[in-house]
Amino acid sequence: MDVELLEIRQHMGQFPPFDGLSDELLDEIASRVEVSYFKTGTEILTLNETMTDLCYIRSGAVEVYRRQGELYNRLGEGDIFGHFNLLRNQKVRFPARAIEDTLLYFIPLDVFQKLCEEDDHFADFVELERPRLETAAEQQKKANDMMVTRIRKLVTRYPVMVEESTTVQQAAKQVSQSQASAVLVLKEGSTHPRYSFQDSEGRTWQVCGILTDSDFRTRIVAEGLSPQTPAGDVVSPRLITIQSDASIYEAMLTMLRNNVHHLPVLYRQRPMGVVHLSDIIRYETHSGLYLVSNIFHQSNVEGLARLAPDVSAAFVRMVQEGANSQMVGSALSTIGRSFTRRLLELAEESLGPPPVDYCFMVNGSMARNEQSIVTDQDNALILSDDFIPEEHDGYFKALATFVSDGLDACGYTYCKGDVMATNTQWRQPLSVWKSYFTDWIANPTPERLLHSSIFFDLDSLYGEDLFVEALQDLIAEQAPKSPLFLAAMARNALNRTPPLGFFRTFVMEKDGKHNNSINLKRRGTAPMVDLVRIHALACGSKAQNTFQRLDAIANTQLLATGMSDKLSYAFEFMCMSRLRHQMIDLQEERQPDNNIEPENVADSERHTLKDAFQVLSNAQKFLKFRYPVPSNRAGR
Amino acid sequence: MQKREPLAKDPAIQRFFATPMPSLDTPISDVPMVALDMETTGLDERRHAIVSIGLVPFSLDRIKLAERRYWVVKPPRPLDEASITFHHITHSEIAHAPDIEDILDPLLAALAGRIVVVHFRHIERPFLDAAIKARRGEGVMFPMIDTMSLEARLHRQKLWARFRRWLGRPPVSIRLDASRRRYGLPSYQGHHALVDALATAELLQAQIATHYEPTTPLGALWS
Repeated sequence: MDVELLEIRQHMGQFPPFDGLSDELLDEIASRVEVSYFKTGTEILTLNETMTDLCYIRSGAVEVYRRQGELYNRLGEGDIFGHFNLLRNQKVRFPARAIEDTLLYFIPLDVFQKLCEEDDHFADFVELERPRLETAAEQQKKANDMMVTRIRKLVTRYPVMVEESTTVQQAAKQVSQSQASAVLVLKEGSTHPRYSFQDSEGRTWQVCGILTDSDFRTRIVAEGLSPQTPAGDVVSPRLITIQSDASIYEAMLTMLRNNVHHLPVLYRQRPMGVVHLSDIIRYETHSGLYLVSNIFHQSNVEGLARLAPDVSAAFVRMVQEGANSQMVGSALSTIGRSFTRRLLELAEESLGPPPVDYCFMVNGSMARNEQSIVTDQDNALILSDDFIPEEHDGYFKALATFVSDGLDACGYTYCKGDVMATNTQWRQPLSVWKSYFTDWIANPTPERLLHSSIFFDLDSLYGEDLFVEALQDLIAEQAPKSPLFLAAMARNALNRTPPLGFFRTFVMEKDGKHNNSINLKRRGTAPMVDLVRIHALACGSKAQNTFQRLDAIANTQLLATGMSDKLSYAFEFMCMSRLRHQMIDLQEERQPDNNIEPENVADSERHTLKDAFQVLSNAQKFLKFRYPVPSNRAGR
Repeated sequence: MQKREPLAKDPAIQRFFATPMPSLDTPISDVPMVALDMETTGLDERRHAIVSIGLVPFSLDRIKLAERRYWVVKPPRPLDEASITFHHITHSEIAHAPDIEDILDPLLAALAGRIVVVHFRHIERPFLDAAIKARRGEGVMFPMIDTMSLEARLHRQKLWARFRRWLGRPPVSIRLDASRRRYGLPSYQGHHALVDALATAELLQAQIATHYEPTTPLGALWS
């Protein structure tokens, strides 16, 4: 590689989709780019002109528009644009303009095509929304796959390096100061071209070996050598290294085969870091979920409450291990259900058997099996129609209070909207519940449904399951026949909309305004859940989980072919993003919440999130069109 | 420049002057250019020598990195240690480098028909002239666009600059990196002839986008 092009390839190598490319492909791009400067306000791409290059922003900022002039995206350093145009007959469909003084690298069409052919990750990235979301969702599943992940991913910092004349004491000091466990020993000049490289000042160096923590013990202290011994005198002449684009698996094999625990990682001949066996082990850990059985062994509320930190720990582990959002959501829901069930058992132990049959119903995210670590309790009691309030309600009120207080003690805070069995309104016999649902469906107004939509995610947790099933049947029977109800639900589902995307450290709204953070639940997952619920209600599905609802929808003609897959990928990605940020909050010992701060969003994540927002936004537009307020409303 | 051709005796220099050059009134958007930078062992062409040459052909809208050229050449005098810190080329690199004689033909061919763009013409122009004169017995002098003097026109010769000087303020820096920053151009790792040539080409594009027009005639820019 020509050293003069390092400037270009190093810059591109930091940003997706180039960060995943092989070194050879990166070199080829760098040697073929053309450069151009655009002053603030200049048109870069004009509608319908022919274009022959992919555009890469080296510095500055660019806005991309739709044909009608609506803002499509705002891009900064390291972003690319023009790929949609290149993939479709090379006519500009999305014009672009510099909004700051901007330096662009143009990547010629033939190089772009070669990248698409030779690198699947690159091809997925530049194709339209679905494939990228699809691969992002799939990649989360196999993020642990050591065969495909490149070893450079485990390199977190530059190696500690000393000259051969440095004393071993100085070398040891530098290792300690950097909290590293090994140091590379260099000598000036080149006798072994395989390990020779040039520093930024053009001096030639050669890596002559590595000194590890154990070398300091065995080669120096145990041998009784002076601390003033030059590092070059004790370094082993045998040097095992690995190239930065080798897989983690290859790195592990290299360590095992050569019986070494430290592996210098080289980009070409230049050292870029040192990987230790423990870095690899940390990457590939296993752990199970023993929490649930533990919950059922507790004999009082205090014991249960003590398990709350374990829930966070289990959550962090699952996310780190690459579980997808469905796995995490259902595991956390199972844990939440177990707490609730155990509390009900304890309540019955102290209050005695119930006077009439009942069903403890859960609503919201627990009913959907989509709980996250930040959650409150949503529950209700459906009682047998034999229920006589004066005689029996004292028991059920005490039961509800015991469970609700217990859940709060375990970290499932009281519901702000008072959707809890402690509320008399939500502690009623089945017949009353049936009349509630019939009334909501037959006489809907958006205002009324705003507070009751949470009951349209419903599942039995304990007791007489048939009661909840009866309600699910009623909904599945009546909702599809009630366009007014669906229209009212649809109107509510449009109250919360996604942002357009990200720009630098801001969230960018559709009107181009900036915000510092975004509540990913309010602006992403919750509107998606609302939207999918309406389609599910319209097709009479009794599924509660969003993914299962999407499967049910896919079996009807309700949405265009492939649309439910698209929604499912978008939902999965937004959920994962939210989970990951909650994991970061927990690791940094902050109270986890639903906010994500753009500065904590990785580049690839922000691209995919933007796609997901776009999918949601389009689906919301369709919702409005699909469930209009019926024109004969007055006659009904 | 064609009128120089009959005077030249060396075939490469003849070919260089025979290639038609754009006229003074050509709009800058139609002018083929080449950004040139050299690293030298010092500032005086009589005592110091060229150690590396980088060039990038470009036009007002595109800088063609694929057509870049870069040569390290062996200076006639041995390198002294002090100059290594100046240009960052090491002994070992130079040990295997060709004499400048061997690259003069491809160098002149790469420059022919293009307007040479440099940052600070008082290095590239005399060094190139002296090197060619020493090898081929005749020199080449031709007009260049100097991005530093364009910057000086804006910051050193305006009334405002004189006022600043009168106030005792330090003059605005017109060095390559400082000039680039004024146009929002990124910082490059300096002191490499090809990186600096690229940086110079980008700077000229930025200067013209900011202070001139694509229709500005070549004659208004060269010196």
